[in-house]
Amino acid sequence: MVGRVHSIESFGTVDGPGVRLVVFMQGCPMRCQYCHNPDTWKIGGGTEMTVDQIMEQYEKNRSFYQRGGITVTGGDPLVQIEFVTELFQAAKEQGIHTCLDTSGATFQPKSESRMELFDRLLAVTDLVMLDIKHIDPIGHEKLTGRPLAPILDFARYLDAMGVPIWIRHVVVPGITYEQGELYRLGLFLATLSNVKALDVLPYHDMGKPKYEKLGIDYVLKDVPPLKNEEALAARKIILTGIRDGKQKTV
Amino acid sequence: MKEQWRSFKPGVWIREINVRDFIQANYTPYDGDDSFLAGPTANTAALWDQVMELNRQELAAGGVLDMDTKMISTITSHGPGYLDKEKETIVGFQTDKPFKRSLQPYGGIRMAVKACADNGYEVDPEIVEFFTKHRKTHNAGVFDAYTPEMRACRSSHIITGLPDAYGRGRIIGDYRRIALYGVDRLIEDKEEQKATTRSTMYSEIIRDREELSEQIRALKELKELGNIYGFDISQPAQDVKEAIQWTYFGYLAAVKEQNGAAMSLGRTSTFIDIYAERDLAEGRYTEEEIQEFVDHFVMKLRLVKFARTPEYNALFSGDPTWVTESIGGVGIDGRHMVTKMSFRYLHTLKNLGTAPEPNLTVLWSVRLPENFKRFCAKTSIESSSIQYENDDLMRVTHGDDYAIACCVSSMRVGKEMQFFGARANLAKCLLYAINGGIDEVSKKQVGPKYRPITSEYLDYDEVMDRYQDMMQWLAGVYVNSLNIIHYMHDKYSYERLQMALHDHKVTRWFATGIAGLSVVADSLSAIKYAKVKTIRDENGIVVDYQIEGDFPKYGNDDDRVDQIAVDIVHSFMNYVKRNHCYRGGIPTTSILTITSNVVYGKGTGSTPDGRKAGEAFAPGANPMHRRDTHGAVASLASVAKLPFKDAQDGISNTFSIIPGALGKDDQLFMGGLDMELECGVNSACSIPNLMEGLDDRND
Repeated sequence: MVGRVHSIESFGTVDGPGVRLVVFMQGCPMRCQYCHNPDTWKIGGGTEMTVDQIMEQYEKNRSFYQRGGITVTGGDPLVQIEFVTELFQAAKEQGIHTCLDTSGATFQPKSESRMELFDRLLAVTDLVMLDIKHIDPIGHEKLTGRPLAPILDFARYLDAMGVPIWIRHVVVPGITYEQGELYRLGLFLATLSNVKALDVLPYHDMGKPKYEKLGIDYVLKDVPPLKNEEALAARKIILTGIRDGKQKTV
Repeated sequence: MKEQWRSFKPGVWIREINVRDFIQANYTPYDGDDSFLAGPTANTAALWDQVMELNRQELAAGGVLDMDTKMISTITSHGPGYLDKEKETIVGFQTDKPFKRSLQPYGGIRMAVKACADNGYEVDPEIVEFFTKHRKTHNAGVFDAYTPEMRACRSSHIITGLPDAYGRGRIIGDYRRIALYGVDRLIEDKEEQKATTRSTMYSEIIRDREELSEQIRALKELKELGNIYGFDISQPAQDVKEAIQWTYFGYLAAVKEQNGAAMSLGRTSTFIDIYAERDLAEGRYTEEEIQEFVDHFVMKLRLVKFARTPEYNALFSGDPTWVTESIGGVGIDGRHMVTKMSFRYLHTLKNLGTAPEPNLTVLWSVRLPENFKRFCAKTSIESSSIQYENDDLMRVTHGDDYAIACCVSSMRVGKEMQFFGARANLAKCLLYAINGGIDEVSKKQVGPKYRPITSEYLDYDEVMDRYQDMMQWLAGVYVNSLNIIHYMHDKYSYERLQMALHDHKVTRWFATGIAGLSVVADSLSAIKYAKVKTIRDENGIVVDYQIEGDFPKYGNDDDRVDQIAVDIVHSFMNYVKRNHCYRGGIPTTSILTITSNVVYGKGTGSTPDGRKAGEAFAPGANPMHRRDTHGAVASLASVAKLPFKDAQDGISNTFSIIPGALGKDDQLFMGGLDMELECGVNSACSIPNLMEGLDDRND
């Protein structure tokens, strides 16, 4: 099967455990204002690659990935869910750890055919890195151009299926660097039992030049990058939310 | 058994000089973590402050604080020198005070004079006259014998960095022998060797006997060096402090006599640890005291200084001494050789702060203990100062008591030595192949007048064919230049002390080297997979290239170009092997221009890969800067394809990475490293710091 790949990073160390082969899939339904890879948005762009080609690249340098595996990210890899499923199936046959880095935006619990596709994929997925962009439905739609509900549904579904998740949350000054939002995110996370890690990323503007190159308006041009200490503070607020949420449910 | 050998496990090492046997019988592998380590003592801190102050003064003085212009440096030339005698536990400087550079004219008087003059000093005219009129130097000898062709190659930089005017270095004395046996026993051993040479006086027997006499003389002077500092090193060391001091005296004697391009220490940590373990068991010294000895030892190694010219420093990008110390590795019996001392050596980077010297080199194996690997990773991230080498690869050839000289040259300590051979510029050689031996910068006929390429566009097969011929020629001039150099070095600047700390019969590696490998690989790839148009000057000499289309570039794990690099290394090595090598030397080659790549690039015209005239080459076997676009693993995989058997003198890859790319700051996020360590493949990962966050709710 052929997929459309934006690029491949052979030494991924921040997208899942260990050193990983990271496949950036082309195409994304979201239009997050802070996205630093706008060149992965367009559906239908990228380079065509087969599952075998990617697996070959992994196998060649397998010794580097002994404690890592394959991570598929993007774009949003779920735009090409069938391709990713086939890739993960091939990986699992070789005993390779698989990690899916997604926004979950394409999750459709009401569509039986879509759910079948999701179930097939999750059967061969060891870890999901789930991006929750904004915990407020209106804020979410404004920030990403897509509704929040499917994303939270996806998180709950992964919990029900027993798939471990790492939560990623980018903190943007003036948008998500806000006590109430962060606390509410914590409260939501407290309702899940499959959260294994919390990854709080300070907003940076290193994607800016790409926007200029692509001729896309960069909405956050006046927003300063978030300081590391601020991200640390944000993380603490989310943790407080988780703690309080857990207390309530106990 | 001697009293100093109390409680050591006996073995062959008692009857013969055999440090490896002693180590294997007596060392204690350490699997624990770094929690036992001790910080710097007050004395260490005070001494280091003093060093930093002297460093500032040296910098303010323009890079050199003091130079000896009157006293020719020998093992015993200078009285004792100290930073602060009361505080130093390990003593000895090259001259009578720290930061004073010694005068070493045997490599070449002109170099010694220039090194002084460039720094505002003048060598005593009597000494200059003596070494000009009465006593020949290595440098003078070499130039007496060079052919015009060799001189032309040298001045046009197709062969570069040759040790014909400076010390070749790269020889590691087995300095541990002094601690284990004491100097008297070593003299006895050398006397016996001398008494048992063949008695028909062929020239090599005469040389052998003369050299053994020189070695014995050097050992006697070494004993005297001990006396100067108030130690009797005729007998074995009796504790760890003495073991370090005795070992250091050997090294110190070497750097008092040889200003070599790399003066490496060897593989001392596991050896020294045997003494430390015994002292700890006997209650003789505490951990703090032992770490202090190590810190002071390393401090001394950091203060080794030579008188050098600005050109030399430009070639090597700084003023490196290459005091390489090899740490860890795995024994041929399968036990790893990491000891507490391996930790203590690396810990000096914390206690004294980070520094490029001594060049602490971890002999890495997948079988090293996990705790040590973690400690190495941690220390690397904090200091960026550890070099790693593949023990699993080198152990096959060199066993488990080899050490690294300079950056990658491996040799069995005390059993093998190397004739250092700088390197041939293979990128320039490619341009000679295209231009029929005419140098693209000077426009002179330097290489043989082979047919040049006359077509507008370069044809791969044609270029390759010419290139093979030109490489064959280059290997010939190169090896023969080195033959002259090493003959003269042995004759006029013999490393008598270092060779006294070797066995009688040594294996001599005849080292050659390659510069510009990635430029050549990419150039040939461009010619093969894109279209390369030649741009000629008014005389038809190709001076630039225009590339039409894209081509695979070395450093992206793409076999189409990586295989070209492999083939070039293999061919060049074969051409080197066809030549006679001085003194039974076994030819090897290296791909390791860690620093001199800048200078080599400067002297080389534009190349068909798109590199412009004068631009730096990539260091060592590195891909060209910014051409490896598929991430670190792909870049490393390309380098890893180069065959060690064709480049046994080593392949280097200079790798820098921003800390963020190694994983996340574990305070901010879940740490990448922690994760890697905590999670097995396919296990559901539990990240400890999430829970930590939840637990500190009462804070």
